[in-house]
Amino acid sequence: MEKFCNFEGLVVPLDRANVDTDAIIPKQFLKSINRSGFGQNLFDEWRYLDHGELGMDVAKRKPNPDFVLNQARYRGAKILLTRTNFGCGSSREHAPWALQDYGFFAIIAPSFADIFLNNSFKVGLLSIVLSESIVDRMFCEVNETEGYCLAVNLEDQMVTTPSGKSYRFDIDSLRKSNLLDGLDEIGLTLQHVEKIKAFEEKHRVEQPWLFK
Amino acid sequence: MQTLYDKLWKSHVVQEGSDDTALLYIDRHLVHEVTSPQAFEGLRIAGRRPWRLDSLLAVADHNVPTTERANGISDPLSRLQVDTLDQNCEELGITEFKMNDLRQGIVHVIGPEQGATLPGMTVVCGDSHTSTHGAFACLAFGIGTSEVEHVLATQCLSIKKAKEMQILVDGTLGHGVSAKDIALAIIGKIGTAGAAGYAIEFSGGTVHALSMEGRMTLCNMAIEAGARAGMIAVDDITIEYISGRPFAPKGDLWEKAIAYWRTLRSDEGVKYNQVVKLDAAIIKPQVTWGTSPEMVTTVDGRVPDPLQIADSVKRKDMERALKYMGLAPNTLISEIYLDKIFIGSCTNSRIEDLRAAAEVIKDRHIATNIKLAMVVPGSGLVKLQAEKEGLDKVFRDAGFEWREPGCSMCLAMNDDYLSPEERCASTSNRNFEGRQGPAGRTHLVSPAMAAAAAVAGHFVDVRKIH
Repeated sequence: MEKFCNFEGLVVPLDRANVDTDAIIPKQFLKSINRSGFGQNLFDEWRYLDHGELGMDVAKRKPNPDFVLNQARYRGAKILLTRTNFGCGSSREHAPWALQDYGFFAIIAPSFADIFLNNSFKVGLLSIVLSESIVDRMFCEVNETEGYCLAVNLEDQMVTTPSGKSYRFDIDSLRKSNLLDGLDEIGLTLQHVEKIKAFEEKHRVEQPWLFK
Repeated sequence: MQTLYDKLWKSHVVQEGSDDTALLYIDRHLVHEVTSPQAFEGLRIAGRRPWRLDSLLAVADHNVPTTERANGISDPLSRLQVDTLDQNCEELGITEFKMNDLRQGIVHVIGPEQGATLPGMTVVCGDSHTSTHGAFACLAFGIGTSEVEHVLATQCLSIKKAKEMQILVDGTLGHGVSAKDIALAIIGKIGTAGAAGYAIEFSGGTVHALSMEGRMTLCNMAIEAGARAGMIAVDDITIEYISGRPFAPKGDLWEKAIAYWRTLRSDEGVKYNQVVKLDAAIIKPQVTWGTSPEMVTTVDGRVPDPLQIADSVKRKDMERALKYMGLAPNTLISEIYLDKIFIGSCTNSRIEDLRAAAEVIKDRHIATNIKLAMVVPGSGLVKLQAEKEGLDKVFRDAGFEWREPGCSMCLAMNDDYLSPEERCASTSNRNFEGRQGPAGRTHLVSPAMAAAAAVAGHFVDVRKIH
């Protein structure tokens, strides 16, 4: 995983609650056995007027002009602003892969579904929880202001608006340090290999039926 | 005093971390073809091997065809994904039930069916409906592909402890009302994010009166209420279900195991972070009308009217859902006509589900407006059992198609899907936009309600026809 750096990025508003992982990346694209290339099919059924399948040339498809990601003013957005319970539904990590592959560095919402939140941190995508009133205000500002950007500072846990107003967000210390250091979590866990083996031996004695 | 969740948590802590996180040991890792290829690839690139082969059980379920399988999978993309799983399992020595194995089926059906899901275990799978296994007093939850790789490599996961919610259901369920209706009634009450951040323990007399199949349905839907894990304490019904299954302990080990399993219940008087109570006696058959499982009402109800909703975000979501579903506000649920009927999925494809549906359609026939009614058993063994009981004949005589096991039209990754604007009564778990096919319209119901709708051609109160 790459280190997460502070950045400033254009915001695109997706004004829906309960955006589910089937909407973020529809199932036909899950047939890929690769980890990359999902960005072109992010929000596929909302983003295109025709039906998409894995391997289709997106340049030949019909974009839906009404969908917010297709509007010229939001081209190159790095931050997705959305509503409660973002990422509900399946455990597909393809959802954060697609968001990241599209170019998003961070998602801001009043709440996230548990598995999505977990997956997003695993891939280095920052999910930021801000209160509903702050998110409401940001929706108003982004709609009124073309080129609306937010600055995200993970070390200080701050999001700053163009007018200079800053909002602090909470994040687990472990998730934060993993993002900042871009560490290989498996490597980190394997530093405890003796502890895992010791636990396993004790577990085997106590519940031998769990082992062959 | 400890809850069941506390007990399961504490018995798996390898190392405590900060912020209520801990490194937990994983006992059972179930693997399927969709969320595993990138994890196996990651393992290979890093030069790592699976930590413990006997913790793994793999099966292809999402992509497999439910029609004749002798010639394999025709879609090259699906075939590649299933072949990739086969290759990974062969190369690493992982036990896999291949597509033409009688034991093949939906990962959340075969785990319990084989006795590979045992009380007290931590169970993970790269699939959100892993919560199903909590019915056996397991700490069971869905994980993403990075975590699949993490468990393969280390047998552990770094997890944050959840808050605890008790959902207490007491009272006698009405005839024709099932675990699915309880699950949908709960989601209707607390919402799809109602239990986000929580682990749910389902308890109360109604829950413990359910069969293991019913309990699995309930825990399966915990994720649709936002909870990563749902669980139920061990009782005689749990132990009786496990007894004699292929992966279950035998002889002296069995006696030792039972003694431990019986401790897997919350201590009397323990406190939860939140308690939700339901009276089972007043739960009616449920039908979803929208594009989220919380958009649900009773069979005698009506489609709601967005004009009555004060909150503007909620109103817009409702308007969008009704437009997608092609429904007018205030329509009677019983006046909604269907095109297709799907009985299957990890929620409702077990033998008891098929029996409940068969009981309703016996000596009846699907309505003329139903283009397709299909039963997709949860596993080859469920299918075999149903055939022994003659249920396949009941379904076929009624005009249903009797298919091979798999996830099928629950998420439509294979050839079973809805065409645009087709309307389906489905026993699955998600009515999201496009879930069963682009622009397809899903109404979630119980198996008995799906069968009743097949016969009537529209939703009908199963308690009245049966």
